[in-house]
Amino acid sequence: MIDALGRPQSLLLLGGTSEIALATARAWADARPVVTLAARPGAGRDQAVAALRSDGFEVEVVDFDAEDTDAHPALIEAIAAVRDIDVAVLAFGVLGDEEEAWTDHAAAVRLARVNYTGAVSVGVCLAAVVRRQGHGTIVALSSVAGERVRRSNFVYGSTKAGMDGFFMGLGEALREYGGAVLVVRPGFVHTKMTAGRPAAPLSVTADQVAASIVKGVADGSELVWVPPLMRGVMSGLRHVPRPLFRRLPL
Amino acid sequence: MSDRTQFRGWGRTAPVVASAVSSTPAQVGELLRGAGPRGLIARGLGRSYGDAAQNSGGQVLLPMSGEPHLEGDRVVAAAGTSLHDLMRYLLPRGRFLPVTPGTRYVSVGGAIACDVHGKSHHVTGTFGANIDGFDLVTPDGQTRAVTPGGDPELFWATVGGMGLTGVITSATLRTIPVETGWASVTTDRHDDLDSLMAAMREGDDAWTYSVAWVDTLSPGRSGARALGRSVLSRGEHARLDELDARRAHTPYPLPGDPRLGAPPGIPSGLVSRTTVRAFNELWYRRAPRHRSGELQTLATFFHPLDGVADWNRLYGPAGFVQYQLVVPDDAGEVVRDAVATLAASGHASFLAVLKRFGPANDGLLSFPMAGWTLALDLPARAGLAGLLDRLDDAVIEAGGRVYLAKDSRLRADRFAAMYPRREEFARVRDRVDPGRVLSSDLARRLDL
Repeated sequence: MIDALGRPQSLLLLGGTSEIALATARAWADARPVVTLAARPGAGRDQAVAALRSDGFEVEVVDFDAEDTDAHPALIEAIAAVRDIDVAVLAFGVLGDEEEAWTDHAAAVRLARVNYTGAVSVGVCLAAVVRRQGHGTIVALSSVAGERVRRSNFVYGSTKAGMDGFFMGLGEALREYGGAVLVVRPGFVHTKMTAGRPAAPLSVTADQVAASIVKGVADGSELVWVPPLMRGVMSGLRHVPRPLFRRLPL
Repeated sequence: MSDRTQFRGWGRTAPVVASAVSSTPAQVGELLRGAGPRGLIARGLGRSYGDAAQNSGGQVLLPMSGEPHLEGDRVVAAAGTSLHDLMRYLLPRGRFLPVTPGTRYVSVGGAIACDVHGKSHHVTGTFGANIDGFDLVTPDGQTRAVTPGGDPELFWATVGGMGLTGVITSATLRTIPVETGWASVTTDRHDDLDSLMAAMREGDDAWTYSVAWVDTLSPGRSGARALGRSVLSRGEHARLDELDARRAHTPYPLPGDPRLGAPPGIPSGLVSRTTVRAFNELWYRRAPRHRSGELQTLATFFHPLDGVADWNRLYGPAGFVQYQLVVPDDAGEVVRDAVATLAASGHASFLAVLKRFGPANDGLLSFPMAGWTLALDLPARAGLAGLLDRLDDAVIEAGGRVYLAKDSRLRADRFAAMYPRREEFARVRDRVDPGRVLSSDLARRLDL
């Protein structure tokens, strides 16, 4: 159960090796949730598990591949059979090379499969669990890149726009079943996914995103921007006329 | 009948959705045998603060009411009967309940399941210690007449058992004779917690009813304002010859329905440090330094908050948490530290309530034990979780516990440390409910 102060007893991290996912678990360390870490097998996962265990978490590990959507229903059901899923964090996603993403067919399809199809697939499976449980919060990591899709990373941005819309809608659909969806729209986050790229203005750390998730779940929020100022910035950018928008260094 | 309904506790936190079901006592067995995988919990009037009377994804059985009737000096009441209705029935007949909690708007079943207490605990013990027995429907479909003599194990697992041993359908309660519906009240103001606790330690035994309200916002010994200034209120049932002519006309004033109500739509943050400080100041100054023999109606004396309907809305949509601890007599410093920590933290509690308990009973999960109990109402906001976790640890260290009827945020491992008899409780459930048909969000959260 999520307690009166918004702290879960169980935490499912999908894409559990992501720095934001791990930072989110650590931000809830006081509540000592049982963490189910779902990720592809490998050294990255082993390290993530070891790190969480050394922080005192009880960790269970499951194999998860965002692209293998056929496996998702059974996987999510198996996790839910052990204990209630209080909070599930969808932290998987690929950024890729922006130019390759629209010129290389395989790269484009993979981005769409992981970031959009995979997210929808998992979202639908989790929704079934939440409806049955009568409670539960799904945290979907979207991006400001989906708010107004721009030339520089439009394939990534379009996948985030799609998954963002799906989860905003899912939140509405789950309300009457006692469930909640928190859509998180971070700006530029300093992680290994963005390593080597020039930081955009208003950039944040994984810990800041995690803190926003913890607060958002406690407050029952449907949407949070990280940093909060991003909301105003993107709201402005959204209305910039296209000829001008095209010239902006974004 | 069954439909999807949102449930939450009196603190208005952690809403979940479950099927609300109605039943007659005779049908409860069938209902239990047909309960789904997430089980069923009986709900009374929804006055437990947290998640005790909700069952996400499962079934929540709504209260079953009925007309109470006296059998000699005992009253037989359906589990869904409110203490409000029960008192309105008993008072004109010159009788009253030996134990009444801080609100009349609780059900008989809920009062047993939470083993509630009142201002008389040091004399009478808990609600559950003042009943002859109850009818309990267990998940095998049987209705069992449970008494402390007949099946002490099941009786003392059910008293305080948070509804997890079966569904209580009716109970037989002891009553006491009262000459009037008035209380004769003596009030004393204390400048600090030390003087209050000394007065309670020395004087409480001479009174049937005793409780103190403590200001948790007075910051400590800076000038005249001291840590934990407080008002101690003690009383007895007034005798007929104590009433003046006017009151003698209505020797049994009946508790009425609330005349005031908190409107919906109040934002979070109304109950803040500033407003609570202002309220506490007024309330403290209003109290006399010493006054004795003041006549108050039983409703005013026992249930001051019942005058305002839905007062829980004052905390806004974020809701609030009530934290009630008990520590043994020799651990009074935990109370002092709790008040000091709170005063320093910026988390504002409306009047905290302090009381001295008498000895514990045999209830496996019953809350009261000999010592000090302190209850705090705190708006749910950032930083509160860590503060209460630290209080939990101090309470465990002192050999105390927190009250499950109020709880909404305790962690399972700390619960286990506070309630060592939970294993005996689990064994009783193995006997009467091996499939764990009876379940609640509190049970899930505490791994109970």
